[in-house]
Amino acid sequence: MNTLVLLRMVPDLVEELEVDASSKALDRQWLRLVLNEVDDHALEEALLLKERHGGSVTVLALDAPEVDDALYAAAAKGADRVVKITHSLDGVGTWTLAQLLAQVVSAFSYDLILTGVQAVDDLDGVLAPMLAARLCLPYLGPVTAVRADPAARTATVERELAGGIKGEYRLPLPCVLGIQAAEKPLRYVTVSRVRQMMKTTHIEKMPAPKVATDSPVTVRRLYKPEVAGRAEMLEGTPQEVAQKLVAILAERGVL
Amino acid sequence: MTAQEVWVLVEHRQQRVADITFELLGLGREVAQALQAPLKAVLLGHQARDLASALGAADAVLYMDHPALTEVTPEAYARALKPLLQERRPRLMVIGLTNFTLGLGPYLACELQWPFVNFCKGMHVEDGSVVITCLLYGGKMEAEVELPAEPGLIGVMPGASPADKGRDERFPLVEEVLSPPGLEQQAVQFLRYIQPEAADVDITTQEVLVSVGRGIQNQENIALAEELAQALGGAVCASRPVIDQGWLPLSRQVGKSGMTVKPKLYLALGISGAPEHVEGMKNAGLIIAINTDLRAPIFNVAHYGIVADVLEVLPALIEAIRGKKGG
Ligand SMILES: Cc1cc2nc3c(=O)[nH]c(=O)nc-3n(C[C@H](O)[C@H](O)[C@H](O)COP(=O)(O)OP(=O)(O)OC[C@H]3O[C@@H](n4cnc5c(N)ncnc54)[C@H](O)[C@@H]3O)c2cc1C
Repeated sequence: MNTLVLLRMVPDLVEELEVDASSKALDRQWLRLVLNEVDDHALEEALLLKERHGGSVTVLALDAPEVDDALYAAAAKGADRVVKITHSLDGVGTWTLAQLLAQVVSAFSYDLILTGVQAVDDLDGVLAPMLAARLCLPYLGPVTAVRADPAARTATVERELAGGIKGEYRLPLPCVLGIQAAEKPLRYVTVSRVRQMMKTTHIEKMPAPKVATDSPVTVRRLYKPEVAGRAEMLEGTPQEVAQKLVAILAERGVL
Repeated sequence: MTAQEVWVLVEHRQQRVADITFELLGLGREVAQALQAPLKAVLLGHQARDLASALGAADAVLYMDHPALTEVTPEAYARALKPLLQERRPRLMVIGLTNFTLGLGPYLACELQWPFVNFCKGMHVEDGSVVITCLLYGGKMEAEVELPAEPGLIGVMPGASPADKGRDERFPLVEEVLSPPGLEQQAVQFLRYIQPEAADVDITTQEVLVSVGRGIQNQENIALAEELAQALGGAVCASRPVIDQGWLPLSRQVGKSGMTVKPKLYLALGISGAPEHVEGMKNAGLIIAINTDLRAPIFNVAHYGIVADVLEVLPALIEAIRGKKGG
């Protein structure tokens, strides 16, 4: 089983987000990026598949600040190859990204392409199905478990539906899956192991092919949603807010 | 030529039309009116023609019957829809953003080379242009996006419009459309549904829910939430990361993939309020949120908010409730 995993760095939502002077994009100057959490789950699922069936895990990441750390961490977890796609990706939407990645992955041999089912900064849609369509491969998401049968060239996957119900599906290999959660909690690697990887791992670099970058939709503006004054904020020490809450609950008949 | 028609994809299972479809019909009707265009419901399925009777809010129903369309998979639906969309070129095709249809919109858009806007929470028409508001960055930002005056696809978040607006007793006109040849040769095969394990507590029937998010930090702290739930006479539920960590069973997950709940009181502790979570709890009678981040989107849906460390407020709250009950 040779699995390709696509990683993206996305804005850290714990931080304050600001809109830039154009009013159409995030101000990237102070933006802190983190690995898209569901992409990390895609990596975990790929590593589990390798443990079960052998083969390799190749991680492809789009160039971004801090991306090397994510690639070294992937290597520390057990990825065989880590590749950085170098390109100025500022302002590149998913539409374009899918086109670009479809060309990039043709340089690899793979049975499966895994990536996170969603990313917080994805306006045009969702990367995995767009890439699948470009590659004329089947797609399914949000996936929470993958069993492969390399001999039969199929994968059996669990896809989350609603109300805790899942569906089980069979797909031919190769295919593209949007991973929501790995079957097990993410494995942990120590900082010292990642440091060690920095010395021994070679991050391969691959220039991104040139593709037309015009998205068919126009972003008029990006803005922080009105807080709409909905929540009435309660202030004070923990004891004071606790008292205020109790009063509200009593008044509403909950207590 | 682009027909000025607004199409809504019907989502259904077990012989019932899903609520999202009525939400989309309500929203679609407003846009269709502004464009002075007919609103059509697109019903794909097998032996599902009878469902059209629920779709009276549409001016007409396009119905396609094929065994390959019994379950929704992006591939089969895309294959069925592509020739129809290419031939008739409606101005808009509106698809609900649920786990059932997830991936269909972007897949189709790429195949058709049509524009696609996702995470739509509202839209309106301005001088003939369709302007869409979408939610980004986990609900921390919104974008206003304009579709060109050509056919386009839109993925709409559940809850964007009330379902009641899309219900109508009228019996709509049904037009049967032929399925494209070769539809049975789809690559993705549906095998079965996997039902959740029997739940210890049914959170959908609880009047009080104490819901914990990643801000609760570790499994041990969930005991505090249990204590509070007990004091209030309710149960503990959670957002996705807590469930994915294995700290609580899947039957306690609230949101898009989990349960939809409507308790009298929903206490959101250390939950950011991502759209996928809010989808499952926004209709609670009273929502109280505690979060260290003043800009957490949960405060947009909460009635009362507290900017504080949940681990500091929880013990104080438990004590205050016990004091009140005792006294
Ligand atoms: C297809 C799909 C389906 C999904 N389905 C679901 C679903 O069913 N249910 C669901 O919940 N999610 C679902 N999600 C995930 C969703 O997008 C969010 O990732 C998730 O809801 C975030 O959970 P959270 O708010 O607990 O965690 P985070 O987003 O990490 O937020 C933690 C919050 O806690 C606050 N905090 C931290 N420390 C403290 C403290 N000491 N005191 C108080 N506050 C603190 C932080 O400020 C932050 O706001 C789904 C996603 C996808 C793509």
